[in-house]
Amino acid sequence: MGSGTSTQHHFAFQNAEKAFKAAALIQRWYRRYMARLEMRRHCTWRIFQSIEYAGQQDQVKLHDFFSYLVDHFTPNSNHERDFLDRMFTEDRFPQGSEMEKFGDYESIEVPDNYTGPRLSFPLLPDHATALVEAFRLKQQLHARYVLNLLHETRKHLIQLPNINRVSTCYSEEITVCGDLHGQLDDLIFIFHKNGLPSPERAYVFNGDFVDRGKDSVEILMVLFAFMLVYPKEFHLNRGNHEDHLVNLRYGFTKEVMHKYKTHGKKILKILKDVFCWLPLATLVDEKVLILHGGVSDMTDLELLAKLDRHKIVSTMRHKTRKENGKQVKKEEANQKSSAGRPTPWFLPQSRSLPASPLRLGSLQAHRAGRSSSIPCGAARDAKELARQVRRSVDLELDRCRQQAGLPVSRGEEEASPCTPEADSGAEEPLEPTQEEWRQVVDILWSDPMAQEGCKANTVRGGGCYFGPNVTERLLQKYNLQFLIRSHECKPEGYEFCHSRKVLTIFSASNYYEVGSNRGAYVKLGPALTPYIVQYQANKVTHMLTMRQRISRVEESALRALREKLFAHSSDLLGEFKKHDADKTGLITLSDWAEAVESVLHLGLPWRMLRPQLVNSSTDNTLEYKSWLEDLAKEQLNRENIQSSLLETLYRNRSNLETIFRIIDSDHSGKGMYYPITSDP
Amino acid sequence: MADDKEREGPDITVAEFHKKIKDAFEVFDHEANNTVDVREIGTIIRSLGCCPSEGELHDLIAEVEEEEPTGYIRFEKFLPVMTEILLERRYRPIPEDILLRAFEVLDPSKRGFLLKEELIKYMTEEGEPFSQEEMEEMLSAAIDPESNSVHYKDYIAMMVIDES
Repeated sequence: MGSGTSTQHHFAFQNAEKAFKAAALIQRWYRRYMARLEMRRHCTWRIFQSIEYAGQQDQVKLHDFFSYLVDHFTPNSNHERDFLDRMFTEDRFPQGSEMEKFGDYESIEVPDNYTGPRLSFPLLPDHATALVEAFRLKQQLHARYVLNLLHETRKHLIQLPNINRVSTCYSEEITVCGDLHGQLDDLIFIFHKNGLPSPERAYVFNGDFVDRGKDSVEILMVLFAFMLVYPKEFHLNRGNHEDHLVNLRYGFTKEVMHKYKTHGKKILKILKDVFCWLPLATLVDEKVLILHGGVSDMTDLELLAKLDRHKIVSTMRHKTRKENGKQVKKEEANQKSSAGRPTPWFLPQSRSLPASPLRLGSLQAHRAGRSSSIPCGAARDAKELARQVRRSVDLELDRCRQQAGLPVSRGEEEASPCTPEADSGAEEPLEPTQEEWRQVVDILWSDPMAQEGCKANTVRGGGCYFGPNVTERLLQKYNLQFLIRSHECKPEGYEFCHSRKVLTIFSASNYYEVGSNRGAYVKLGPALTPYIVQYQANKVTHMLTMRQRISRVEESALRALREKLFAHSSDLLGEFKKHDADKTGLITLSDWAEAVESVLHLGLPWRMLRPQLVNSSTDNTLEYKSWLEDLAKEQLNRENIQSSLLETLYRNRSNLETIFRIIDSDHSGKGMYYPITSDP
Repeated sequence: MADDKEREGPDITVAEFHKKIKDAFEVFDHEANNTVDVREIGTIIRSLGCCPSEGELHDLIAEVEEEEPTGYIRFEKFLPVMTEILLERRYRPIPEDILLRAFEVLDPSKRGFLLKEELIKYMTEEGEPFSQEEMEEMLSAAIDPESNSVHYKDYIAMMVIDES
């Protein structure tokens, strides 16, 4: 070894080796970093989804409870009867002269200084285009035109069949859009990128136009306007959010009342009717079925085509008429469906049913395949149930009294007399049958799943989960090629499943948070091959790196999650204490994860999320009291409200708002005091 | 689970690891049938605190795959292997100072930065090369557009903060 060259080579080799190793090290580190980012992204998604669906479950629970009360409560006076009627009656839209009174817009004067868009009927394409432009410039349509447009819309919808039939012979391509949820920016973007509706450019909007976003009214106005202008080419399907009861909770009612203070009530009333007149599905070339949620193993397109869709005012609650006036028959109808109908959640569960948790299942429960209760409209032995529900309510009241430190009631109170069949006799002949109602709920609420079969959709509280075999059977039965549905937010705005026989299309980008997901729409040409276009209607997201985008969305999710944790502080404390028998004030992080899941029931990967939620632990243990205090500090604002009261109010904020809104039937807000300011 | 508490020592750790592994696995178990796509295994292993190289990852996958690879990894096979890895503390993450030295090896003249072209060259030609996607993603966060270079000390610091 003496030659200079070989030494050079030796060093060169060593250097090369070092560089190689250095590069490998950096790559190894980087890949791990990206993997963790990926995991965070998935966890964030799970957080948003589970909170969203838990909210929906809550609403279903609430309505179950109220429905039950209404069905079995005997009004003591006319006053009470009126009150109930006002709150819960799904009164059909008054016919004839009364309708005129409610649809009356001609008497509404538009002030001279109104600078917003003006409409005249019959609408021309220019009007519709002008409307889009006006809304883009943040103008508001005057109530008179809103009512006029809704009036005309209703007239048009009444003539439509339950299942719209569309052909690609007339327009060369059809564009199908999914949920918009009040996000006007996305609609404007779609029209901008894909072109405005025209005889050559057909559109189908697959439901959920309203709620959550802030421009639901404007979206409806645009969609209805184009539907009137291009009736043969522009189609709308009803979604589960086109429903006045759902709107009470998810923001649309609030938006209308806020934007239209004087005439909001009228607008809501006619909207309630317009929603029931929306078609249930659209069929393209007899081959592609487009509907909002999904299908079940009982889905019967012939029945769906025949029923009077207008009778289904809300999928949240229903009165159904008895078959031949016999309870027994109804029970049989219940048993026929493979997704069974167990006892309502708030009643003690009967032992004959498969073991199910009293509460509605979390996502995890769904994954484990356990069934739990779903909205139940049929009453069994009413008297027995009334007694049971009374006991349940009493137990709950006692628990509340206990928590508040008040003396607990002693003994059971005798059930107050309850008429055996609270809904006998007073039945209107125009109620939908149980089967009809169920068919509509299924197509508006169901979600596809990967496993074969069909089971109750416990996460949403309505409809079912349908497997690839259900899809296959349906497609074969009706000679269809594939299904397009919406209803579920997807990170890429769309998703195929069931061997590409089911396409989910979701058009509200950044749905959970800026950067959370793309929106998409799908185009079908004469060959019916789907062509997907994705977008994200926010310039900011394009400038961010993936890391930043994920961080932002993650922060938002964690904030929402921390809020939920805070809302359950008392229960959490109780649960933590169970793991701390020696009263050391400490629990292991493992116990923390178990406790949190058993209280919140969100089915989240808590051990994955722990580093983001718990930063005050040392050597695997946590001082839980100070952790809860830290949570509270984050949530408490300057208002001097007792934290336990705040906690309870927080937890029930949505429910409370909904209740307030129901009771505040004239939507005036007068006499109602909101102890917490709701978010804008 | 209550039983685990009464036992002492290593059994608790195993039980704890099992739960952690299960949580991570479930995030990607989209069909709720205790399987994940084999392409997600790397993400799962790395998010459990390990930092294997691609080569090591391939070996691991071979260990947990079926006799006839199906494209899916079952939890029953994954759990014992992953538990072992955690117990043996294999594939430890790379400390910050070692990472810094690695960058310095690639920057022998000690400028304190790497030019974009240099970074691309090393990351796509040396070690276990990046895919184009991986390279683009790294560049988007690492490169300072004005100087078209990555000041690696600052870059590392930023990434590390983001982790904690």
